Amino acid sequence: MSAAEQSLAGGDVAPLSLRGPAPTRVVAGYGFWLFLLSDIIIFAALFAAYAVLSGETAGGPTAADLFDKKHVLIETACLLASSVTCGFGSLAMQSGDRNSTYLWMAITFILGATFLSLEVSEFSHMLSMGAGPTRSAFLSAFFTLVGTHGLHVTIGLCWLIVMLLQVATLGFQPMVSRRFFCFGLFWHALDIVWIGVFTIVYLGAHL
Amino acid sequence: MGRLTWAAIPFDQPVVMIASGTVGFVIFCVLALVTVKGWWPYLWREWITSVDHKRIGVMYIGLALLMLVRGFSDAMLMRSQLALAAGHAQGYLPPEHYDQIFSAHGTIMIFFVAMPFVIGLMNFVLPLQLGVRDVAFPVLNSVGFWLSAAGVLLVNVSLVVGEFARTGWLAYPPLSEVAYSPGVGVDYYLWSLQISGLGTLLSGINLTTTILKLRAPGMGYRQMPIFCWTALASNLLIVAAFPILTATFAMLLLDRYCGFHFFTNDLGGNPMMYINLIWCWGHPEVYILILPAFGVFSEVVATFSGKPLFGRRSMVMATMVICVLSFLVWLHHFFTMGAGADVNAFFGVMTMLIAVPTGVKVFNWLFTLYGGRIRFTVPVYWAIGFMVTFVIGGMTGVLMAIPPADFVLHNSLFLIAHFHNVIIGGVVFGVMAGITYWFPKAFGFTLNERLGKAVFWCWFVGFYLAFTPLYVLGLMGATRRMQHYSNMHWQPLMLVALAGAVLILLGIALTGVQLAVSIRRRELNRDVTGDPWNGRTLEWSTPSPPPAWNFSHLPPVGRADAFWAMKQRRGTAQDRNVKQIYETIHMPRNNPTGFFLAFFAVLLGFSLIWHIWWGAGLGLLGAIVVCLNQAWRIDGEIEVPAEKVAAFERLRELNESVQGLKERAA
Repeated sequence: MSAAEQSLAGGDVAPLSLRGPAPTRVVAGYGFWLFLLSDIIIFAALFAAYAVLSGETAGGPTAADLFDKKHVLIETACLLASSVTCGFGSLAMQSGDRNSTYLWMAITFILGATFLSLEVSEFSHMLSMGAGPTRSAFLSAFFTLVGTHGLHVTIGLCWLIVMLLQVATLGFQPMVSRRFFCFGLFWHALDIVWIGVFTIVYLGAHL
Repeated sequence: MGRLTWAAIPFDQPVVMIASGTVGFVIFCVLALVTVKGWWPYLWREWITSVDHKRIGVMYIGLALLMLVRGFSDAMLMRSQLALAAGHAQGYLPPEHYDQIFSAHGTIMIFFVAMPFVIGLMNFVLPLQLGVRDVAFPVLNSVGFWLSAAGVLLVNVSLVVGEFARTGWLAYPPLSEVAYSPGVGVDYYLWSLQISGLGTLLSGINLTTTILKLRAPGMGYRQMPIFCWTALASNLLIVAAFPILTATFAMLLLDRYCGFHFFTNDLGGNPMMYINLIWCWGHPEVYILILPAFGVFSEVVATFSGKPLFGRRSMVMATMVICVLSFLVWLHHFFTMGAGADVNAFFGVMTMLIAVPTGVKVFNWLFTLYGGRIRFTVPVYWAIGFMVTFVIGGMTGVLMAIPPADFVLHNSLFLIAHFHNVIIGGVVFGVMAGITYWFPKAFGFTLNERLGKAVFWCWFVGFYLAFTPLYVLGLMGATRRMQHYSNMHWQPLMLVALAGAVLILLGIALTGVQLAVSIRRRELNRDVTGDPWNGRTLEWSTPSPPPAWNFSHLPPVGRADAFWAMKQRRGTAQDRNVKQIYETIHMPRNNPTGFFLAFFAVLLGFSLIWHIWWGAGLGLLGAIVVCLNQAWRIDGEIEVPAEKVAAFERLRELNESVQGLKERAA
């Protein structure tokens, strides 16, 4: 009898890889992790482009001229805090508590929306100064990298509304909680990307 | 209507109008036939909304075959133009049209022929080999296919409405920037590839999850069939590489639509960054294509030698080494960039290093054949033709991996000969082997062997006739993408190349004949047992064609070549002594989401190409509504009752015993 056959006969002691198809919860989560990986690779390409072009200001404003550290610090605080509240929301959902799920997710939404409005105000300030994305390659790369992150946050906020509507209409059925789990992963991944943006774009500007 | 006016349709170009008129007429006839015969409900139910991985796999391959004809007609145009346009003769294709043709040829052959061929094979085979009932995300699978089809549609619309890109298959800036390509050609290129690229990414995520999380009980990584291993490597590369393509195209789109300066010549833009980024996707891409082909050859060689694959472990390791190394060689596509001796040397050495695992594979196949009882079927012809051809292509590749040599050969016809050598000799031969090998599994009868061999010889001899002259011409100084040449000494070789292309054309036509003949004589070549080749892996344990649920029981796996082990143990394909008890099976329900999403994706893409902003808004809105509708679908599954499964299995046993009696009587 081969090792594989032995472990088949053994039932519980079989290694995970030999136990047959994984449950839907695991499969869905795994697929979403792979999607996040691919999404992070999109950001990797944008980071690479920013790294190459960050010095190409074409006589226009430089990173050090443009970025306001305090503004960015508040933005960062909002986004990181929203990750914490999103985590509380997941815990509330696991315990089947509908009201606190709504509460924590509403707080998450407000924090995310605050982040987004701060970003929009930063962008519009830059545009009004004539430092728009068409001014130089550096600004093209900046607006694309930070804007793509902002676009993800926007999609995340829309997704959050959809999830709340799903909880309201469908309740905590397995399909809905799987999606909520994926939303959590997505939201935390955006934090990780933002930490990269904060470090490379905003802190890097003052090196 | 944005930029779209009647001037977009090239009424003044007879070649284009006749070609598109013919295509339009054929499409009209097909649609009329389907309507008259009342086949729409059947097509809608069984194919368009199907989420069955087998159906989707077949549709991918059908799409690829169709586009092979399109891409190959571009090739015939180019070869005939170059056979004529020597010295004072100018040929029949003006430069601006010729540029569209070589751009369309490359784009179509890679993205809409090779990719759907390979993804189609993986889609069809993987769940069957893994011993499971479907892929991880069946609806997503359908979405992926329909998004690819949407990209295909957009590329073909460019034939009639507007123009295609004149910028080569990778659309290098600054030429592809709006300053030098103000027309819609590059926009057609970019949007069709963004849409189909999203489909490919979804398919990659889906198949990777399937391989890693859905396998029959007992099938660990050491028991997994080799095709699954190569498919795993290929799909990991899709997940890791296609996002780079998406991001790069997005940057070029921002340059073109919003006046950004990523790759422009002015205000700090850097065109070489595009070329670096695109090859960070592009080199893994060629391994995305070739690795599954390696998997097909491994299965074919083992099956028809009647032996387990030689050096299975080294094969798996070689596959994964190639998977990693494929990300470390991108710069060899542009040694002439001027990155300096050290950088070029590094990438040259890494490139040569890939020859090592590839060599391991070739030896493994040879040693599998050695001492085997080889049955010379059509797939074996393709496999042996591949080994000879691919080794030559690999060696010319190693030659160009030497940076000083590449400075001479860069962008010459030598390069063209090299990559056709590995893509035709590797990917196309692999796909042809795979289609012949798994055809009976999909349709229940084998393909005609005689015609299959004729197809092989046409491709094999045609390839050498068409591309050996290109190696020579490249060494003589002929460059790629030239529409005319003045050196009359090149013409004889160009004529030989044309003859080769005609021979390949004959091969493609014979494939059509082979299909027609095989379908007409299907009763003679019925595969009743489900195991026509005396196969080794689990797909051959199912009936041909398999039921929607693939396996009535998930097969327990003990070792690699699981089906071979079952046959050894029991002497027959099925254990008939045990009274089987069947359970209700849950299968995904048909779903039109993919089709509708593709519809709105086409609307979105077409509107963006022509700057019809309201149409783009409508397309986006439609896509969002379709997604939300899918999010609220709760009846995603149907039940196959246990009695139905049991009845199916009883009928199958009956058929098999009737066949056994017939054989004994004969």
